[in-house]
Amino acid sequence: MMRAGLPPNPDPALNRPVTLDLVRQHGLLPEEYERVRAHLGRDPTLTELGIFSVMWSEHCSYKNTRPLLKGFPTERAGATGEFGRVLVRAGEENAGIIDIGDGWAIAFKIESHNHPSAVEPFEGAATGVGGIIRDIFTMGARPVLVTNSLRFGELDSPSTRRLLRGVVAGIAHYGNCVGVPNVAGDVYFDRSYEGNPLVNALCLGTLRHEQIRRGKATGLGNPVYYVGAATGRDGLGGASFASKELSAESSSDRPAVQKGDPFMEKLLIEACLEMMAVPGLVVGIQDMGAAGLTCSTCETASRGGAGIEIELDRVPQREAGMNSYEIMLSESQERMLVIVQAGREAEIEGIFAKWDLHAARVGRVTDTGRMLVTHHGVPVADIPAPALTDGAPVYQREARRPAYLDETSRWTAEGSGLADLDLAEARAALPRLLSHPTIASKRWIYRQFDHMVQHGTAVGPGSDAGVVRLRLGHGEKFIAISNDCNGRYCYLNPRRGATIAVAECLRNLACAGATPLAMTDNLNFGNPYKPEVFYQLRECVAGLAEACRFFDVPVVGGNVSLYNESPEGAIDPTPTVSVVGLIERESHITRQFAPAGGGRLILLGGAPDEIGGSQFLGVIHGKKTGDAPSVDLAAERRLQGLLIGQIRAGRVGAAHDLSEGGLLVAVCEMLFGPGSPGADLDLSPMRMPRLDSLLFGESQGRAVVCAAPGDEAALLAAARAAEVPAAPIGEVTAGGRLSVKTALGPLEWPVAELRTGWETSIETAMKRPGLG
Amino acid sequence: MTPATTNIAVVQFPGSNCDQDAFQLFASGLGLATRYVWHKDTRLGEADLVVLPGGFSYGDYLRCGAIARFSPVMGAVREHAQRGGLVLGICNGFQILCEAGLLPGALIRNSSLEYRCMTCELRVEDAGPAFNPGALGARIRLPIGHGEGNYRIDEAGRAALEANRQVILRYCDNPNGSFDDIAGVRSEGGNVFGMMPHPDRAFERFHPSQDGLSVARAVLAAGSAEFARKSA
Repeated sequence: MMRAGLPPNPDPALNRPVTLDLVRQHGLLPEEYERVRAHLGRDPTLTELGIFSVMWSEHCSYKNTRPLLKGFPTERAGATGEFGRVLVRAGEENAGIIDIGDGWAIAFKIESHNHPSAVEPFEGAATGVGGIIRDIFTMGARPVLVTNSLRFGELDSPSTRRLLRGVVAGIAHYGNCVGVPNVAGDVYFDRSYEGNPLVNALCLGTLRHEQIRRGKATGLGNPVYYVGAATGRDGLGGASFASKELSAESSSDRPAVQKGDPFMEKLLIEACLEMMAVPGLVVGIQDMGAAGLTCSTCETASRGGAGIEIELDRVPQREAGMNSYEIMLSESQERMLVIVQAGREAEIEGIFAKWDLHAARVGRVTDTGRMLVTHHGVPVADIPAPALTDGAPVYQREARRPAYLDETSRWTAEGSGLADLDLAEARAALPRLLSHPTIASKRWIYRQFDHMVQHGTAVGPGSDAGVVRLRLGHGEKFIAISNDCNGRYCYLNPRRGATIAVAECLRNLACAGATPLAMTDNLNFGNPYKPEVFYQLRECVAGLAEACRFFDVPVVGGNVSLYNESPEGAIDPTPTVSVVGLIERESHITRQFAPAGGGRLILLGGAPDEIGGSQFLGVIHGKKTGDAPSVDLAAERRLQGLLIGQIRAGRVGAAHDLSEGGLLVAVCEMLFGPGSPGADLDLSPMRMPRLDSLLFGESQGRAVVCAAPGDEAALLAAARAAEVPAAPIGEVTAGGRLSVKTALGPLEWPVAELRTGWETSIETAMKRPGLG
Repeated sequence: MTPATTNIAVVQFPGSNCDQDAFQLFASGLGLATRYVWHKDTRLGEADLVVLPGGFSYGDYLRCGAIARFSPVMGAVREHAQRGGLVLGICNGFQILCEAGLLPGALIRNSSLEYRCMTCELRVEDAGPAFNPGALGARIRLPIGHGEGNYRIDEAGRAALEANRQVILRYCDNPNGSFDDIAGVRSEGGNVFGMMPHPDRAFERFHPSQDGLSVARAVLAAGSAEFARKSA
């Protein structure tokens, strides 16, 4: 070899020669192994092989997606006023940061914990919440809210019920104890997620501009501290585990799932924020998430253009006899790496003693550019730090348009001879749609999450967007957040489906009275080595990027989760997006619930004439086909502008976007608030090629608003001026009935009956036994 | 005791997570001088009311409140209570007061075995001159957020609660299986209060109600009729 190897490892088991078989077991390709050898100038030790394998996994390196992600706008193109400037961009740090004015900023990011949740739903989901919260307070921000984006199979499956119960309990266990309110979320149930649920968790925190901290190791000789929980053997190689497909043997991967301790996390948040508030004390800080000690040391060194030396004997350990491979690859939770200004060791040690936490000095910053790890006085890994980060391979995978699209994109109701609904069928369809778990109330889920702690929640789960009051010094601001992604649309038309996800998310914010600030995304896809999956990924990313540029919403961070497959195949492509918006004044906060006192209902955005890709087709006809609904971004922008303008003018009593289930479902959801009013709708003047598409079609760019009778004329005039189609469709009544006049005749339902089905559907399903 | 001189002390245990909420209820909601007391302190300083906030003290490992009751600060809280000083335990604070024996009864897991976060309708009981429907209204609305709020007490304890009018709040629609719908109780002496519902989540304009303010005032009034008059 070009260089001499390292001396023998103190643990003889780690002195096995590295064979191609071992390389394969570490998830590395032979050509990737050659790249490792080129970086080192010699064969790696087993410890080093483990380090490369986790750092070059998709989870850490984005090796299959990096070129695609470059298409996202990371800055705002247009002028920004006093807020909206990107302070920390996507990819720079653990989370992006946006200016919200007056010297304050928000840090936020979404991250997945899909594979751990599939194998061990409670711990998998719990540690997902813990991990994303650490990504936020690492930046110097106090976490003020979390949200979730969840996907499961259908609830008629006992194993899905077990997964849902475990995931919800895990999120509740962790988030409730840490004391960060869970204010919004989105949950879909679809067969494609059977056996491979998606658990995406988002956290948002607030900070002063000057409090922003970086994950950088700088300053020769500065001490490197390890703080928080001790290291155990749990979560060994979790990042590699997250980068392969699930199989029947996955349950034997349980040691790769970590175990969380939310109490420890709570102490760590408080101790770290206290430490970071001391001027000049912290040079750099990074959490030990995926790939634990390995990732945090080489990333901080690489970002700082420095080297780092650590002694594993000084790492607090939960178990005796752990070797260097295990310590470096452990994904034990609630741990942080902190680089402290030399000479100020007593200050950090004092703060952590106050909180009864470990603060162990494990190493120092060097100027070698290398990550040097010693154990029992022997060097066990010695790697150029950039080799692990910037030196990771990057691939442009092969993409092939999936064959199924030829069939689904050509499908139309007329062409396939799908009979339209008659009145009796329409009457029966509405309660069935309302009680499908995707549309039904998610109360069973969110009532298990503390959504009120920190006393800032103005609009909790169950409306279009969560709204939280941020207490900022002596001032306050209100922000709104929404998660969205209809995987069914993305399956049927990846590019358009992703565009719709962004458009819908922004529409939800507009309905809440918020103007968008920035987006974070979680790309959940199948195995990128399959050309059809890579096509979905490429097209979805292009759709997201196109929409973000159009609406001038920068992407400030995100996560990629690939290999979401079970033996039945890949999940529907699911590029979850989450946008944060700012609400100018408290009086502009708008909910989706029609006031019990009555009001006029106005449909904005026109009548639909399409049924493809709808929830109606899925629930009533058992079909996932047709093209995704059409979306006109310019019209969407006009609608959102109108909504925000009219909300600020005080003319909107309630606003709700139209999405899954179309017009009738949206109106019902407006009635299912406090007071539970009824409504009289007259849809007979509306153009109606088909009854099913009028009532349940999912054309985009639409919302229903409720206005006081005295405001209706001005609102309609504003809509005309903004070139947004607007049709008065009826009024909110005290009658307790939903009645709808159509060109074919009248329809009527008792609201209480519709509401009960909608409200109790998931609860009822969950009373049936789950497996295990 | 007048509003200008009233001192509120909010105890911070490791794992408290409603400490800011309780602090702001009194500081910004009622405009009173409010400060934190660290759990390792053995003195409270001058305090008219000591608040044990919600959260998961010590992770609530073992049993809710079971470790916190041994916290160094609890000696001072006990002395304060024994001298007749006011104490309010909210949620986890209520659990700690029961574990410490400063309030009767115990709180076990919700009958659903699940955490519950929602807003509850509560019936105000006639529990003395300060805490009664006349002062608070017959019904109030407060949020709850707990997994272990199912109140239990033995027969003798129940009889004592009844005889001394110690039940202060009852759920109108019991969310957790609590015995006799009990949501909050006071000590026999009338100076220690505990409740699972959160007055500290019901005082801002955008909260589900502002009934937390009247609850806080009623607790303070139990220490002084004069306070109630001046802060009304």
